[in-house]
Amino acid sequence: MGQTLLQKVWDRHAVRVLPTGQTQLFVGLHLVHEVTSPQAFDTLRARGWTVQFPERTFATVDHIVPTIGRRRPFLDVMAEDMIAALERNCRDFGVPLWNLGDARQGIVHVIGPELGLTQPGLTIACGDSHTSTHGAFGAIAFGIGTSQVRDVLATQCLAIEPLKVRRIAVRGRLPAGVYAKDVILSIIRRLGVRGGVGYAYEYAGDTVERMSMDERMTVCNMSIEGGARVGYVNPDDTTFRYLAGRPLAPAGEAFDRATAWWRSLASDPDAGYDDEVELQAEDLTPVVTWGTNPGQAVGVGERVPAPDDVPDGERRGVADALDYMGLKPGTAISGTRIDVAFIGSCTNARLSDLREAARVVKGRRVAGHVKALVVPGSAGVRAAAEREGLDEIFRTAGFDWREAGCSMCLGMNPDKLEGRQVCASSSNRNFKGRQGSPTGRTLLMSPAMVAAAAVSGEVVDVRELIG
Amino acid sequence: MAGAARISTLSGRGIPLRGEDIDTDRIIPARYLRAITFEGIDAHLFEDDRAAAAGGGRPHPIDDPRFAGGSILVVNRNFGCGSSREHAPQAIHRRGIHAIVGESFSDIFFGNAAVIGLPCVSAPKAGIEQLMAAIEATPGTAVRVDLEQLRCDWDGGHLSLQIPAAVRDAFLTGAWDTTGMLLDRYDEVRGVAARLPYVAGFR
Repeated sequence: MGQTLLQKVWDRHAVRVLPTGQTQLFVGLHLVHEVTSPQAFDTLRARGWTVQFPERTFATVDHIVPTIGRRRPFLDVMAEDMIAALERNCRDFGVPLWNLGDARQGIVHVIGPELGLTQPGLTIACGDSHTSTHGAFGAIAFGIGTSQVRDVLATQCLAIEPLKVRRIAVRGRLPAGVYAKDVILSIIRRLGVRGGVGYAYEYAGDTVERMSMDERMTVCNMSIEGGARVGYVNPDDTTFRYLAGRPLAPAGEAFDRATAWWRSLASDPDAGYDDEVELQAEDLTPVVTWGTNPGQAVGVGERVPAPDDVPDGERRGVADALDYMGLKPGTAISGTRIDVAFIGSCTNARLSDLREAARVVKGRRVAGHVKALVVPGSAGVRAAAEREGLDEIFRTAGFDWREAGCSMCLGMNPDKLEGRQVCASSSNRNFKGRQGSPTGRTLLMSPAMVAAAAVSGEVVDVRELIG
Repeated sequence: MAGAARISTLSGRGIPLRGEDIDTDRIIPARYLRAITFEGIDAHLFEDDRAAAAGGGRPHPIDDPRFAGGSILVVNRNFGCGSSREHAPQAIHRRGIHAIVGESFSDIFFGNAAVIGLPCVSAPKAGIEQLMAAIEATPGTAVRVDLEQLRCDWDGGHLSLQIPAAVRDAFLTGAWDTTGMLLDRYDEVRGVAARLPYVAGFR
């Protein structure tokens, strides 16, 4: 029987079995940001450790940074302290930092791929759960906590348990107006937010094979929302074409050697899986979440559930979520009035996302009662979008056009919901309080659906606008 | 690292915290990730949930005087899902919780808790329900989590516990603080790195 990509990459990075029985796994790329690293660097300092592989470690700022008014020192004293700590830590430990003002700054999961750092066959770690994004390249990418950030800084290794692999095959053509975001939301809706615990998700099938790298990243990004710490797509010509010519990807003959190695790591046709699931792309529609976890979602033409419709074990959760969201059981999700529209985040703030949203927005105006903002995923995405005039389309329609960062996905900077505002959001989590207001409400959807909601003032089917 | 405390038996009063899929944004809202240390983060544990519960007239279990001083948290399925913020287990641990007994845990939360010496042990739904009901019926019930025997005992009941063998061994031998272990035999790490073609840039 053949091997999966996960097994191949795992075997090549396994250093030894630790006395505890965990695997010591070498980390090929460590991405660092300002929020989950300061305590880790402090421990290194206190214990006299160094960063073992500073050349395999890269830092940027994304979570806490403002998206307007970036002059230093920031008005936000805690943000200033946090960025200053990262600057000091990177300087002291020899870690490259792509700071504000650098053309390479951006959300860590957007810039890794964009710069060519993210490559097939790597093990990647970052103190952020959406590190699974990098799996789009056929890397095995783990979200980790601060003590593990310390471990990777000090040893370039993780002590970790093996994962099972579930192959999720999506077959057929996606209908117009149905995007990668709808694919992953549909997968999570079907398998549940805890269905992936203990698993890596391998996304496969002709639908995934036809997806661009941006689309694959959107799918892999939300693996963790389905409970799977790791998600990946086998590397193929789409992957290699994306990487060719990127600043930090191999070049010339090295690229050819790299391609041969990358290709060899794809799952074998006769690989064994712990579980297999299939979805038909033709059956999918635009998806909108109605509740307080990403699995609580319906097609845009459907109604939100009533507690009585669901099995006993789920009833309390459904009732609680409907109550928090202020939605009546059994009402259509379409027509839900929104207050804020947010296009951004590591899930959906790449150039192709902004293009799709702009296509909907062009020639229309943001509804009078809606505050709308676009936060590009990186300085690079922002510049590329401006070269195409996308910023003008968004501004003319009444969107704010901001600088790159995580922004309103988690509301660690000034971009927050207020009170019980309802936000149509292209981000990844609709948890209670997620977008910065303890009572704020989030409806997750694709960037094109957010654009449609922004100009309509309520949830609508984007297919009616792009006809 | 060598010298971390061995963790085998944890005893204390129980706190039943009902609910599925309690995410890390609820455990510690992102606005409390803005400090560069974990100092004092426990003050904000479940802050928004606690405020909402108080507003609804029923105290959150963390604030419920019946469970005051509890150190064993009892939870349902997929506890700690969402963000990888270690701030979540840090806030729980610093609040004086020494172990979490639940139906299941998110993978990242479980790992983050283990590496700071906070065991998360699992048991089937029916057993967790019995334990929660026992604590609710008799607040102050002493709960004992024994990692050696993989048992949870309280006055009137007991449960068999599950935890991956490697993580259990790490607690029992004091090897849960991993950095020292990962630095041992470091020549083997260099060896693996030297065999990976990308480390030398595919030259």
